[in-house]
Amino acid sequence: MTKILKKIYIGLIFLFLYAPMFTLIVLSFNKSKSRAKWGGFTFQWYGKLFGNSMVMQALINTLLIAFLSALIACVIGTIASLAINKMGIVMKSTLMGVTNIPMLNADIVTGISLMLLFLFFRFKFGFTTILLSHITFNIPYVILSVLPRIKKMNSSNYEAALDLGATPVYAFFKVILPDIWPGLLSGFLMAFTMSLDDFIITHFTKGPGVDTLSTKIYAQVKKGIDPEMYALSTLIFLSVLVLLILVNTLPAGNKKKKEID
Amino acid sequence: MKSNKFVKMLSIPYVLWAVAFIIIPLLMVFYYGFSNKEGKFTFTNILSIFQAVHFKSLYLALLLALISTVICILLAYPLALILSSMKGKNDHLIVFIFILPMWMNFLLRTLAWQTLLENDGVINNVLQFLHLPTLHIINTPAAIVFGMIYNFLPFMVLPLYNVINKIDQNTINAARDLGANYWQTLFHVIFPLSIPGIISGITMVFVPSLTTFVVSEMLGGSKILLIGNVIEQEFTQNSNWHLGSGLSIVLMIFIIISMVITSVFDKEGEGNAL
Repeated sequence: MTKILKKIYIGLIFLFLYAPMFTLIVLSFNKSKSRAKWGGFTFQWYGKLFGNSMVMQALINTLLIAFLSALIACVIGTIASLAINKMGIVMKSTLMGVTNIPMLNADIVTGISLMLLFLFFRFKFGFTTILLSHITFNIPYVILSVLPRIKKMNSSNYEAALDLGATPVYAFFKVILPDIWPGLLSGFLMAFTMSLDDFIITHFTKGPGVDTLSTKIYAQVKKGIDPEMYALSTLIFLSVLVLLILVNTLPAGNKKKKEID
Repeated sequence: MKSNKFVKMLSIPYVLWAVAFIIIPLLMVFYYGFSNKEGKFTFTNILSIFQAVHFKSLYLALLLALISTVICILLAYPLALILSSMKGKNDHLIVFIFILPMWMNFLLRTLAWQTLLENDGVINNVLQFLHLPTLHIINTPAAIVFGMIYNFLPFMVLPLYNVINKIDQNTINAARDLGANYWQTLFHVIFPLSIPGIISGITMVFVPSLTTFVVSEMLGGSKILLIGNVIEQEFTQNSNWHLGSGLSIVLMIFIIISMVITSVFDKEGEGNAL
């Protein structure tokens, strides 16, 4: 009895979480442009999607910003984590405190604070200001997933490599990087996801004419959303589903390998 | 020793980045918040929170954020218990199921709820078909709470699941051996050990709920103003950065309070989900 109740409960929560996904997938096949009416089944929005240059440009911007900001955050964050690991308690807790600010602070405050910075120093609002902002809120995710890995790492391996004549950079790539790789990868994915899903910070730091999918959708909310957007998000959802299944089978494989070792 | 010094120097790029893009921007919020258009020091922007419109929006935001946080705990706690009781094979799968919706754009997900909740929307059509009373919650505070719970529930489930999953099965077995029944074990053993997860979940749900302007704009019509909406309008429509910054400082006071509470209860960072 309780087993059935448990399953019903999980089922209801998943229905709640996934109901909007199904709605959007259904809307992507809706012939009518209105969200309230079902006008018959069609594939036309999928066809029109690739011809809609505004949506495609927003998609390219979104993916480019997510990829670049996650990549740069990984470089800065990993280098910083190596240093934080060797720091004294005062320096370390100060720097970690600062690192926590973008994660714990409200997005709206992070957004306006960056907007004020860019206004004050007369930055040209556009792709660069969005990228700088995304790197800023992505670095904490990288540090928080890489730092525990570095702490667990055996530092004598690295010292041994140096004693045997490796340069620090060579030793980093051959000794440290393989050790912290899983943490770095999950940091990258987390950062990429956060950047992709961000609207609020992009809203305050974007310039006219440069849009990500989020800001494009926000601009369309009042006038009515292009159904191509539903088609696009269905495609993204399905490809991520496949990708995440692949990614989630990888760590399981690593664990097994370790157990054998 | 030499290599240690070299390694510490590696923090320089990040320290510079953090000063330029975290510290200085925050100081600028404080500068604008405590000054007027002539650049003179003033408390006017901060004190304007006591104007009826602003105070009402802050009060409503606090109230709705509180309600949605409480409902999130009530929904997430049993779920985390059930999920951890099935532990073993599907650790990754569970995290994956909760992160997956984040890849479908946040605005589209919220918009989909608008379609579902509308007076002649999908849910009401189903209810009508079943001859049940229909829901009229779109454009009310109830719809905003609904949207907050939907968007931020995963941030409550994940830390709770992490903490409960880490509880040593032997501790639970010991309680049972000593004669505690299921509910006694739950209240006296599992619940106290899961407090770091609850606290971390509370901040992760409360802060975004308190400060959102998107959920309230999409599901609340444009008539219900939360403090987030007021701040957003000051920046994007009225271009009154001084007032917007002043209200943001007030908002930050509430965020800092919840940060302090987190750091007191969650010293080890055990509740960190991500």
